[in-house]
Amino acid sequence: MKRSFWHRLDLLARHVVPVSLAFALVLLSTVPLRVPLLNLVFPALALVSIYYWTLYRPDLMPPAAAFAIGLADDVLSGAPFGVNALVFVLIHAAVNTQRGFFLGKSFAIVWLGFALLAGAAFTIAWLAVSAFYGLLVNGTGALLQAGTTIGCLPLIWRLLVQCHLRIVGQA
Amino acid sequence: MWNAWKLLATWLTYGVLVLAAGAAMLLGKADAVLVERLRVQVADVVAPILESVSRPVDRAADVVASSRRLVDLVEENSALRQEREHLLQWEAVAQRLEAENAQLRDLLKLVAEPEARFVAARVVADPGGAYAHSLLVNTGRRDGVEKGQIVLTGEGLVGRIAASANRVSRVLLISDLNSRVPVAVGEGRARAILAGDNSVYPRLIHLDPDETIAAGDQVVTSGITDAFPPGLPVGTVVSVQHGDVRVAPFVKQSRVEFVRVVDHRLPALIDDFLAGRTESPILPQLQLPAAANTQLSVSAPAEAQAEGAAALPAVIPLPVPRPGGRIRP
Repeated sequence: MKRSFWHRLDLLARHVVPVSLAFALVLLSTVPLRVPLLNLVFPALALVSIYYWTLYRPDLMPPAAAFAIGLADDVLSGAPFGVNALVFVLIHAAVNTQRGFFLGKSFAIVWLGFALLAGAAFTIAWLAVSAFYGLLVNGTGALLQAGTTIGCLPLIWRLLVQCHLRIVGQA
Repeated sequence: MWNAWKLLATWLTYGVLVLAAGAAMLLGKADAVLVERLRVQVADVVAPILESVSRPVDRAADVVASSRRLVDLVEENSALRQEREHLLQWEAVAQRLEAENAQLRDLLKLVAEPEARFVAARVVADPGGAYAHSLLVNTGRRDGVEKGQIVLTGEGLVGRIAASANRVSRVLLISDLNSRVPVAVGEGRARAILAGDNSVYPRLIHLDPDETIAAGDQVVTSGITDAFPPGLPVGTVVSVQHGDVRVAPFVKQSRVEFVRVVDHRLPALIDDFLAGRTESPILPQLQLPAAANTQLSVSAPAEAQAEGAAALPAVIPLPVPRPGGRIRP
């Protein structure tokens, strides 16, 4: 069946949603919130987004996109250039290889899996930043941010599921 | 067979991307200026989006804050009245001191502090993050903002401009790992460097071990290097433990909404000096004794001279304070 031009355009628009959403989340997490310390421990929304889409629509979240999102995060946040790009690519690789295990499992398992991965992600980032500066940097902020990211997962997950079902659609 | 190729391609992609990330980190290490320029150029492009998103957030925060203030309006009002009374007294003192200062500067032929130029700006992004403490402000090269200029609020020092693009600039906060500010601590004005470490409370380093520092001591910029003018309020010492001295900055990162970017124009002064337009900023004392003596003998009566320097301020006629006159720190 030959699809019409508009149908293809509509499909394309839907298919770029995961990646553009992740970029939007990177941008959103830099908005000043005027709440003490909140900006410092604001959940890493882009990380959750990469985890979700790599798990359920890996065709719409290629590794190169994870890299680009990480690079955008580094550029905007002022973190050492390339650190989040590295972390996001490694997380993408980890999730991609473990998809078979996670698919069809309960949300609790998916959450636990994310907690482990987020822990690994923040540890890698901390090590990479320490290597970058050549000293053991203060990791308290990173630890708190890992906590808020894991804690906020159910909330963000709900939004991503809605977006998946209503806009992006199943493969 | 096809699957095996596909798997290989996937792993190759990951390998290339990891190497690329490593290369990006090396680039950031090797050419920090290039990366900093890239950061502000990108920020310049997304600034309109950030600005439009941050405005409603600011407005909401203002509504919350003002509704909270409404609750204790009466108490606040009386507290403010008291504070106003108190400040009026201080205003009189400050005006007297300002005039006196001007007179004394004149007597000593002290080279004036270079005139500072301000640009006000709004904070459009607070990227937070565990590894960098910075802000984006909506002013840039088109307003004359350049790398190295100082960022202040009414409360004190915020940081320095790390890089500026056309419309936006990135401010490196004093709590950032890369920030070093020469400061003077307490009444003894002990010299130290305030070093950020990405925590909320930056540390004092290179402090003379013989100096006694206590919690509550005020920290101001020392102006030892060209980077910061002296006397800008920075924060207070909050803890002193085994040589680990922590400072709570006066400016809380999350509360900053508007800032002043200050060009204190030391380079301009040096240029002027090199061009022969100003007297030496380094050796002002060379012309000091003769000039000071002549002026003293004219303006100070004999009995005041006999009483010594302590009596001097009382006999200098105070000019009428200028309306709207600025009190210099």
